[in-house]
Amino acid sequence: MTKILSVVEHAYAGTLEEQDDTVLWITHMIKNAGADISALLRGNATNYAVRGQDASGLRFGAASLAVPPTLEKDIEDMVAKGIPVYAVREDLEQRGIKPGDLVAGVTPVSKTDIARLFDEHDMVWHW
Amino acid sequence: MSDKTITISLMDPPYDSETTTTALRIADAALDKGISVNVFAYEGAVLLTMKAQQAHPNPVKGTTVEDQHHPTTSGFVGALFEKAAGDVQFQWINCGMCVDERGAADWIDGPKRGGPGDFYKWSQESTNTLVIGTR
Repeated sequence: MTKILSVVEHAYAGTLEEQDDTVLWITHMIKNAGADISALLRGNATNYAVRGQDASGLRFGAASLAVPPTLEKDIEDMVAKGIPVYAVREDLEQRGIKPGDLVAGVTPVSKTDIARLFDEHDMVWHW
Repeated sequence: MSDKTITISLMDPPYDSETTTTALRIADAALDKGISVNVFAYEGAVLLTMKAQQAHPNPVKGTTVEDQHHPTTSGFVGALFEKAAGDVQFQWINCGMCVDERGAADWIDGPKRGGPGDFYKWSQESTNTLVIGTR
């Protein structure tokens, strides 16, 4: 079975009206389709794995966002589903994110390990 | 079906990014070489095939609609459908839920409705797969 690495980098783009990150979502859907797929969070997307996010409360007049995105839970669900989730360590550090801030199951990888990670997969999809 | 197939995934809506032209150029070149092409349109890219797209004049340049020949992305995509012939196929799937949330269901002849499972299936059947994300 081909091993696929889904790289998520463009972050918080339409996540409120989409109620999720569309690349995390499609990665999970493709796992559901039977793929052997992993996810790598880069840049601002490393923040997706931070515990304690709260996107609730969006309202425009009488229109409210009844179901806000829960990105950290989406990451937890991916891990529970057996999708390895990696995050670039240097990108976490640059954003002041400590290992203890992350949801369980996310594996930090150094920038110097990205090439190895790419090489361990048959397909790299950089969204 | 031709011996080789490439699958391309797009995310950008029309008139917002150079990735659209780049991807369509790759598709066009592949068809020229007898390579079949699959395109999975995700998120904003489902708007690329909207039937209601219209050309317009350019007031800055003082051109009429006829003079300006403003292209539509649906016109470009339609031309690729027409270009494919024989064993060389051009297929286009618009991601269904992306279509629904954008009200983008009225598209030109050729594209079909589908989902991530179709993209995954294509990726497994293709010679190579190119994901062009959004920035």
